[in-house]
Amino acid sequence: MFDLTGMTALVTGASGGIGSAIARSLAAQGARLALSGSNLDKLNAFRGELGGEHVAVAANLADPASVDGLVPAAVEALGGRLDILVNNAGVTRDNLAMRMKDEEWSQVLSVNLEAAFRLVRAAAKPMMKQRFGRVISITSVVGQTGNPGQANYAASKAGLVGMSKALAQELASRNITVNCVAPGFIRSAMTDVLPEAQKSALLTKIPAGDLGTGEDIGAAVVYLASREAGYVTGQTLHVNGGMAMI
Amino acid sequence: MSDTAERVKKIVVEHLGVEPAKVTENAVFIDDLGADSLDIVELVMAFEEEFGVEIPDDAAEKITTVKDAITYIDEHTA
Repeated sequence: MFDLTGMTALVTGASGGIGSAIARSLAAQGARLALSGSNLDKLNAFRGELGGEHVAVAANLADPASVDGLVPAAVEALGGRLDILVNNAGVTRDNLAMRMKDEEWSQVLSVNLEAAFRLVRAAAKPMMKQRFGRVISITSVVGQTGNPGQANYAASKAGLVGMSKALAQELASRNITVNCVAPGFIRSAMTDVLPEAQKSALLTKIPAGDLGTGEDIGAAVVYLASREAGYVTGQTLHVNGGMAMI
Repeated sequence: MSDTAERVKKIVVEHLGVEPAKVTENAVFIDDLGADSLDIVELVMAFEEEFGVEIPDDAAEKITTVKDAITYIDEHTA
């Protein structure tokens, strides 16, 4: 089950916490990866750590020209096939709405949502030709629940859900599925530094009683990327220990 | 029949999986050959690749018959 041997995948934000866990999970199931991120040295170090025949392709997702070049570069580096696209890269510029600057809004929307759209638009070409494709966007529980201080981030993540539903309908007849994975609170460098009191307050809201891990997200991505998930499209798989049941 | 027409018809037959006899010059992709809007996008991409032409969106919208495609390609290839 869930064997990805012979498949290729492009993962954005691949050297980050959740991104690297997704990459590890896909690679463990046999997929060959194009690892993308803004820092080529970091990507190459991670590629070395992964072993295998993966490739690293740098891109700046805040720059439309760089985004538009990413899929063609990845397809070429992967030998002409692209089966799986994982839109994982994301940024935050948290601020209360009353204080939020235009740039804080537009930076988050352009990296988290517009870049994802540009990448799917480009990836749909080879996927349509192959009559196979899996697009998985990493959204967030706050895209559904909202979160004070994150109007921009929540909007971008909710936007990914709507976009995925539209694309799922456009591409279903070509055996291309488009889904989202919505992590809750995931253990990361960001949550590690939270004060103990804040951490325990957070945990009272999570029925599972613990933070999630990158592997939890990787497993959800592997499922949606697999051939077995071919009849699942336009969906959001929530991986949040029960903190929001939607 | 011109070389362009032959190649266009071959692409249409292969892509839409229709009988070659149905692919006449006056055949309308959507009404006569059962294409959907996504098929049109794919056909245009296939024409662009086969003939090395760029077919912008506003031109692609006007290509509704096999003949439209042949004419556009003939006019835009050397």
